Amino acid sequence: MREIFRRFARNRPALAGVAVLLAVAALALLAPALYPHSPFEMVGKPFEPPLASTLLGTDQLGRDVTAAVAHGARVTLLIGLVATFIAILLGVTLGGIAGYFGGWVDTLLMRLTEIFQTIPFFLFAILLVAVLTPSVGSVVFAIAVVSWPPMARLVRGEFLSMRNREFVQACVAMGMGHWRIILRHILPNSLSAIIVTGSLMVATAILIESGLSFLGLTDPNVMSWGFIIGSGRTVLRTAWWVIVMPGIAILLTVMAINLVGEGLNDALNPRLKHL
Amino acid sequence: MALPVVVVDSLTVDLPPQGERPHAVEDISLELRANEILCVVGESGSGKSILARSIMGLFPSPQVRASAGRVLLNGENLLAASPARMREIRGTRVAMIFQEPMTALNPVLSIGRQIEEVIEVHGAPAPAQRRRRVLDILAAVHLPDPERIAHAYPHQLSGGQRQRAMIAMALVLGPECLIADEPTTALDVTTQAQILKLIREVQRDRGTAVMFITHDFGVVTEIADRIAVMQSGRLVELGEAQQVLGAPAHPYTRALLEAVPGLRPPPARADFHARPTLLAVDSLHKSFRSGGRLFGGGVRVVHAVKEVTLCIRQGETLGVVGESGSGKSTLARCVSRLVEPDAGKIMVGATDFTALSGGALRAFRKKVQLVFQDPYGSLDPRQKVGAMIAEGPLLHGEDPGRARARAAELLELVGLDSRAAGRYSHEFSGGQRQRIGIARALALEPDLLIADEPVSALDVSVQAQVLRLLADIRDRLGLTMLFITHDLRVAAQVCDTIAVMRAGEIVEQGPSERIFAAPRHPYTRELFSAVPGQHWTAGAAPPDPSPVR
Repeated sequence: MREIFRRFARNRPALAGVAVLLAVAALALLAPALYPHSPFEMVGKPFEPPLASTLLGTDQLGRDVTAAVAHGARVTLLIGLVATFIAILLGVTLGGIAGYFGGWVDTLLMRLTEIFQTIPFFLFAILLVAVLTPSVGSVVFAIAVVSWPPMARLVRGEFLSMRNREFVQACVAMGMGHWRIILRHILPNSLSAIIVTGSLMVATAILIESGLSFLGLTDPNVMSWGFIIGSGRTVLRTAWWVIVMPGIAILLTVMAINLVGEGLNDALNPRLKHL
Repeated sequence: MALPVVVVDSLTVDLPPQGERPHAVEDISLELRANEILCVVGESGSGKSILARSIMGLFPSPQVRASAGRVLLNGENLLAASPARMREIRGTRVAMIFQEPMTALNPVLSIGRQIEEVIEVHGAPAPAQRRRRVLDILAAVHLPDPERIAHAYPHQLSGGQRQRAMIAMALVLGPECLIADEPTTALDVTTQAQILKLIREVQRDRGTAVMFITHDFGVVTEIADRIAVMQSGRLVELGEAQQVLGAPAHPYTRALLEAVPGLRPPPARADFHARPTLLAVDSLHKSFRSGGRLFGGGVRVVHAVKEVTLCIRQGETLGVVGESGSGKSTLARCVSRLVEPDAGKIMVGATDFTALSGGALRAFRKKVQLVFQDPYGSLDPRQKVGAMIAEGPLLHGEDPGRARARAAELLELVGLDSRAAGRYSHEFSGGQRQRIGIARALALEPDLLIADEPVSALDVSVQAQVLRLLADIRDRLGLTMLFITHDLRVAAQVCDTIAVMRAGEIVEQGPSERIFAAPRHPYTRELFSAVPGQHWTAGAAPPDPSPVR
């Protein structure tokens, strides 16, 4: 564990990613304290450029873009994390069962996974949100539903190879039950792959959320980064900052997550890198 | 005396800074003469492969590089040669054959094409001429029907044929020096014997200087003219084969030679006929299906175990020997019910093991425990050693305090410190891990211990220790053992009875002494005559190495 931490700490880009993520998380946590008013509240004249009366300017309705970005961080991170969590849970469960038990269970679950993968994932997410009426819940649900198949395939592969490893065979020979083998022996050994893929899935989830909100498929009463961009896209030529500021926030966050994910990968699977 | 082709002059090769030792090879000087086979022997990590690769200029990573000394090929220093010059030399003057021909050959090119490519990159004669040479060299390594082999892809050949093709590829441009890095380690003994004979033959015919890297003293006695013994990067002994094998000067060489198990089984421990039967396997059958498509068709059936019947009496050790693919591992897995047999019956004591299922099966499993081959894959990397050993007893309802105490006792029993319980398996060496695996199997106090190639992945000196430990524990606890191995020398050391398997069937079965002294089945005889270095036992002078065997 200490060794993993040490390897991670040596990776400068990953540390930079952690710093950015911590900053975004701090912004999200402190948003209610820094900007106690609702981000939907009008605070000044429309189209004020950055640094005029507010830090990042105002939008077409005179709302403070700074407050919107700060409160948006809360919503965006929350949706990204919860959706990824559900997707990981689904993916690990289905993939794990398929990989461990094999046979017809595997065939059935993998065909199911393939059905989900044949539908272009973004169109599928749009469809789900549109059918379920846009809300935070439906967006989270849609992202989770389109994100789990790759995780399921990964976990299935891990479990499949682990299933025939001799230490697992030794467990079977000891008289251990399936669930104990899965939870105590196979899952801990697959964890590094799950963590790495899971961390990168958060970045994808944020991008999907942004894309959905850009199209207006989001809860109109909740300020997320994608929502700001979506509502500001009509005024791009008169007030570029309305779109650029949340855009930079998305860019930085997604990049930071990717850097951290790569750092985790190098720290958890050191042999892969040096071979 | 023949002229030296390659002279290695006080060569030192550095390892990356964070490695366990600073040099892979340290201050080595030796020469390789024309028309001789120099065997470089050593255990894993002794630097023998790095020595071989430094002649080819092929280091495994940029951080591994020669820091001192010279490697002279007919007077030219290869360490100072430019990359372009090295490319010219490789293949034409120095060639190499590898351990695993399946990975050393390109799977998507035909054998003929790959050999032709070697000729092509070193100046290209006309295509017709190239093809002629390919067929000639394939015939020279005694591949049947060179025309067909040239058009075949690596996966269509057997292991032995692939290794022959590799040798053909190495020899096609007539190099002065051939480096063979464990070329027979991945092969079965009968195939190994043929490949050794071939290497000897082509070496004689062409007067090639061969550097033969191996860890197996049996192979050394078959093929070496001279022997170089390496230990952790240093050359500890160098001399004529007869002298090194017959009167080793260095203590390490002596220790290595003594660790090689003899081929003569010790006298029978006891008469087991009167004892009650512990394991009775009756017409066991297992086949595997592969290649089945979604809509049927193309199913291949491999009968891994066919109608196997055997019995082991209380306290007896039955050795199942056979080559790879003979079904011996499948048999072990069926008997332990890790694999479900298709037909047949397995009686353990008075219980029909095959009839059990669910909870009854899980409860009964403790009576049959396994020791596995791979010391790295058989222990859970995320579990502490103590927890690993105590897990079985805990599972079967043992009190946690007692299970922990028992784990500590078992660690002592297998020759480890009881403090090992608090560490992870990756902190131990291969031999120590194998001891942990044995302790884990013993924790459940099994009636039957199945050992599936338990020492095959270990160096010879460690192998001897683990074998002694197994025999010692067996005698002390009165264990009954099913011992799977491909190595007849190992089988001779521990087995009371031996069953020889071929293609899923037991072809001969009997007391070790009888089988080793007078094998009856032709296959058994073939197997025994293929064991390298069988006329040689530690301490005795080797046979005269001059005649072609």
